[in-house]
Amino acid sequence: MLALLGDYTLQTVALGAIILGVASGALGSFAVLRRQSLLGDALSHAALPGVALGFLIAGGRALPALLAGALATGVAAALTITLLQRRSRLKSDAAIGIALSVYFAVGVVLLSVVQRSAGAGQAGLETFLFGQAAAILRSDLGLMAGVATAALVLLVALWKEFELTSFDPVFAASLGLPVALLDAVMTAMIALAVVLGLQMVGVVLMSAMIVAPAVAARQWTNRLGLMVLLAAVFAALSGVLGALASASARGLATGPLIVLTLTVWTAISLTFAPNRGFVAAARRRRRVRHALRDRQVLALLDELAERHDDPNYASEQGLLDGYLGVKSGAALRALHEAGLVEQVRHRPEEGVHWRLTDAGREALAEPGHGVEAAHP
Amino acid sequence: MTPEHLHEPDLAIHVEDLTVSYGAKPALWDVDLDVPPGVMAAIVGPNGAGKSTLLKAILGLIRPTAGHVYLKGKPYREQRRKVGYVPQRSSVDWDFPTRVIDVVTMGLYGNLGWLRRPGKRERAQAEAALEQVGMAEYRDRQIAQLSGGQQQRTFLARALVQDADVLFLDEPMAGVDARSEAAILEVMRDLRSNGKTLLVVHHDLQTVRTTFDWMVLLNVRMIAQGPVDEVYTRENLHAAYGGNVALLDAPGVEPVGNGS
Repeated sequence: MLALLGDYTLQTVALGAIILGVASGALGSFAVLRRQSLLGDALSHAALPGVALGFLIAGGRALPALLAGALATGVAAALTITLLQRRSRLKSDAAIGIALSVYFAVGVVLLSVVQRSAGAGQAGLETFLFGQAAAILRSDLGLMAGVATAALVLLVALWKEFELTSFDPVFAASLGLPVALLDAVMTAMIALAVVLGLQMVGVVLMSAMIVAPAVAARQWTNRLGLMVLLAAVFAALSGVLGALASASARGLATGPLIVLTLTVWTAISLTFAPNRGFVAAARRRRRVRHALRDRQVLALLDELAERHDDPNYASEQGLLDGYLGVKSGAALRALHEAGLVEQVRHRPEEGVHWRLTDAGREALAEPGHGVEAAHP
Repeated sequence: MTPEHLHEPDLAIHVEDLTVSYGAKPALWDVDLDVPPGVMAAIVGPNGAGKSTLLKAILGLIRPTAGHVYLKGKPYREQRRKVGYVPQRSSVDWDFPTRVIDVVTMGLYGNLGWLRRPGKRERAQAEAALEQVGMAEYRDRQIAQLSGGQQQRTFLARALVQDADVLFLDEPMAGVDARSEAAILEVMRDLRSNGKTLLVVHHDLQTVRTTFDWMVLLNVRMIAQGPVDEVYTRENLHAAYGGNVALLDAPGVEPVGNGS
């Protein structure tokens, strides 16, 4: 594994993956927060006709031309979507779906045109479908880094504007901010991030690089700045891990491995993150359920004592089960541990009896307090 | 500075012939509105009367088909810095990763200008506004953890830091708890005593007379406007709501003035 790190091709791929990850993670966070996750998918599919057009116009496989073409058709698709939403009755999901498939179809047709005119195998543009990391050259890295840096500088410079228009665009407009322009700039930047990933991950899987890091990052923080940072780190790390995995198992495609690594981490984040994870949510639900159950038992003990005109009246556990229709043992044990009920045994041949302690009566009188303390 | 031509400079808000349509159906039709400075005015009307639309059209958030808006004698665009806005609570995603203090600070983004970041001064202003709405202890709370009333007070604090002369509030008391309602009302009254003008979309006809001193009765067209006691009449309410206002027949809702 260590020997791999000295590998020239691997170094190039890993560096490219880091650049791509930082850009797609940071910008993807805004796409997800603005509920524009699907837009990333549309932008990447729409990049394909641009790649083919870039090839035709430049007359060869010059990366700057291909990427410029991809950016142009990506932005055109974004405009198409905006127009469809504004001028037709289509909802945004339908508008995005239509634009995505039409642009992608045109891309596939153009690809076959290029293939025929350039001679079989010479163009090799089909690698843009699923990416071919090994095809990335050292000289490409400079272009990628330049584009990514420009996008990130813009993001930092307009941070507070992007923050506000993402959270509350109507209020932003009332302050006089050019919301439509800022939206357009953000969309163009997301398109840039997509274009960066075309060589490595390909148009089909690129949307995962936009959406997954942001979803994972959101699980671990409640701060926008930290979320953007984490998303960038997650995507870059997944990129390096995916590249390493691909290099150590010959013949496995890098792009899909990067996406799979990222997806696994996203699944872990969704499941285990504190507060927002599935596990934490289930634990919270169980705590509420138990607290309610305990309160029910306390209230029942109180009611039975009142019915017998004896505050110290102890009820038999079997009687409580009968009243509640469920076993009360677990609840009583928890309440006993919290010191809210106490056990009384009248005669050895009788079952266990329970009554409220003073603390139990207090807890019952104070809604939402005390009982929950038994389930920290 | 040369003295410029002012149009109705004595009115806090002056709206002429405002018409807004979504598609073919007008949401607002030929609305003239005059609000003098220093009043707390309620916009009241049935569902779909265009109450929020009127607010948004005045704020330039919706492009009207026709009409003009003047604040203190100048077109709205020139007066933007003197305006505060509290949108409906439901208009944003409260799961957005941000804290209460950050949201309040956003009220200053307009004055801050491009490339400048909020610093100590801005934080202090935001903290003072939070104090004013009784939310100081929630400063660092993630906004998803707020109750509806606390969310509304956060929005109110954000409008307070705007340090506006004219404030527009869209249903500030909708779905809030009693404590928040009291806090919001107190802030609104303080603002009025400080000479600010408030235009408030209000959903509850019952509390209009106890809370506001100016009333705008709207149902796509302007039905009536003026001091609450003059506008709150059986005929006017009937004209705005049609015959189906049970309230009209409740005791104590006899006409107090003699509406036109």
